[in-house]
Parts: sequence; C-alpha cells; structure tokens
Amino acid sequence: MSEQLIWVIVGMGIVTYIPRMLPLVLFHTNHLHPRIQGILKNVPFAILGALIFPGVFTINPENYLYGGIGAAAAFIAAWLNLNVIVVVLSSIFVLYGYTFL
Amino acid sequence: MMPSPAVHREGTPAYWKKGVQAGLPIAIGYMPVAFTFGLLAKAAELSLFETIGMSVIVFAGASQYIALSMIVAMSGAAELILTTFIMNIRHLLMSASLKERAEDDPKWLRAIYAFFITDETFSVAATSPEKKITGSYLLGLGIVAYSCWVIFSGVGYLMGAGLPQSLQDSMGIALYAMFIALLVPAAKKSKKVIALAASAAVLNSIFSFVPTLNGGWGIILSTLIAAVSIEFFMKGDERDE
Repeated sequence: MSEQLIWVIVGMGIVTYIPRMLPLVLFHTNHLHPRIQGILKNVPFAILGALIFPGVFTINPENYLYGGIGAAAAFIAAWLNLNVIVVVLSSIFVLYGYTFL
Repeated sequence: MMPSPAVHREGTPAYWKKGVQAGLPIAIGYMPVAFTFGLLAKAAELSLFETIGMSVIVFAGASQYIALSMIVAMSGAAELILTTFIMNIRHLLMSASLKERAEDDPKWLRAIYAFFITDETFSVAATSPEKKITGSYLLGLGIVAYSCWVIFSGVGYLMGAGLPQSLQDSMGIALYAMFIALLVPAAKKSKKVIALAASAAVLNSIFSFVPTLNGGWGIILSTLIAAVSIEFFMKGDERDE
C-alpha cells in the first residue's frame, strides 16, 4: 500500500474536489431532486454508524471488551456535549487506565 | 449618497478581511481535529509527507479520518477513493447553494474557492449577513481555515512520535471516539439520525461476516442502503438539525 498511497491520496483529492467545484463552476441549473438532497444529507450519519460498528470492537483482537470500554467512555463524554477533542482524550485515558488493571 | 465605482473597488480588501475574521473561529476549531489527525496518521504508520499531503490535497476532515481507519484495515485503493467520494458528494449541495448567493465571479476564481468548501466554511459563509457573497470573502475564509488544517496536521504528526508506547496503543480508540463524538450530539436531537446510524451499523456488522464485503465495500454498501431506505421510510420526519 505504502508506495501507491500518495496516488490514492491524489485520487481522494480529485473525487473530493469534483463535487465542490461542479455546481459552482459548471452547472447552469442548480435543481437537485428533493429526494436526492435528502439522501445526500443522510450519508454522513449512516456512514458514521457503519464506521463505528463493528470496527470499534476489533481494535484489540484478543479482547472485545477493550474497544467496548473505550466506546462507552466516548459515548458518555459525547452525551455530556463535551468538545470532540475532550471526548477523544477521555476515551484514550480510560483505556490507558484499563491496561493497568 | 450613491455608491461610486471607486467605493466598490475599495470593497475587495475589506471583504477579504471580513472573510479572514470569519475564518478564525473555524481555524481554532480545526486545530485539535487536525492535530488529532496528524497523531492518528502517525499511529497508522503514514509518513510525514503522506500525512501533510493528504491535508494539502484532500482538505476534508471526516474522510481523512475514514481513510486512516481504512488504511489500518488494509482496504484497497478503489475502496478508499470510492468511500471518499461517497462521503463528500454532500458538498454538491453546498456548492450549489453557494452559487445562488455568490457574486458573478470569473470561473477560474470560483474554481479556486470551491476547493475550500467544507461543512464549516460553508455554514459560516451561508449564514453571513451579506446579501451577496464575494470571492474575496470566500477566499479569506477558506485560506485561514485551510492553513490551520494543514499546519496542525503536521504538528500533530511530529508530536505524536514523542508519546510513550502504552499510550500510543490506547490511541487506537481515538478514531472511533471521534466518530462517536460527531454522531451522539446529532443523534440526541433526531430520531432519523439514530435510525440512519443504527441501520448502517447493523448492516455493516452483518456484512463483516461476508468475506468479499469485509472492510471498505461493506461500509459503502451499508451506508447507501441505510441512506436511501431511511429516506423513503422516514420522509418528511424531523427537519431539525
């Protein structure tokens, strides 16, 4: 992967730039069907669900509990409306503490 | 007094300055996110060049995080690029909406500031009180946010190396914690968000038992099925965001 990774990054850049640029530069009508708009708005939340599960349980393949504890810590911190970086740091430190148990 | 053409020309630096000022809160918000990205990229064994390169070329927070988790999971190039594309199609909406309010700038200028469209820069620009959004405003806004994103990706990468190994191990949770932190506040406000995330999570968990769908393709498929079917089942529900 490593040698071609920079080309993957370039590819990611191209496919990210195209949707940003097309309507502003090329489209003459900006009329997306409301259903399509709705689906596009749904994508970020659906992808978050798919990204978290089941991946979070696999960060330590020998112990599913490890990821579960980290996820629970993050969930509680996020529920309290803490800032993203605080949520991330608290779950790291909870797991860091767990390794010493 | 009627506005003279001279006044209009003097407006360009003023709009630039307004854009820069509007970009500062975004830049401050990006700092920890970019820093964490750099840190995680180091943990995912990217080089410094690849890490900064991704921030320079892609400039899209969520999909850069996703790319890292997919690189760790040994996903292929096609899966990575397709996932990035699906994740960022939503910018179409923002670009189209900006076009409605943007001044009639030349195409090359619009092609440049289009690059800086993110969830955050769009939200700030779209809610700005000006009637027409100028190119200088969008450039000022975008460049401030972008520079901060790139610089702090590098800072995070370089500082991540100095951390003890046991701490670096527990950093494997960071990516998932970040996703949870993005999801939970939205889920608290909307049943639709819960339905979307839960159905995609269940689908992807099922797909993880199918060898060919393990990893990137499972994420793409479960996202699309959830986004489309929930739109049909829960149409018109919850317009609160």
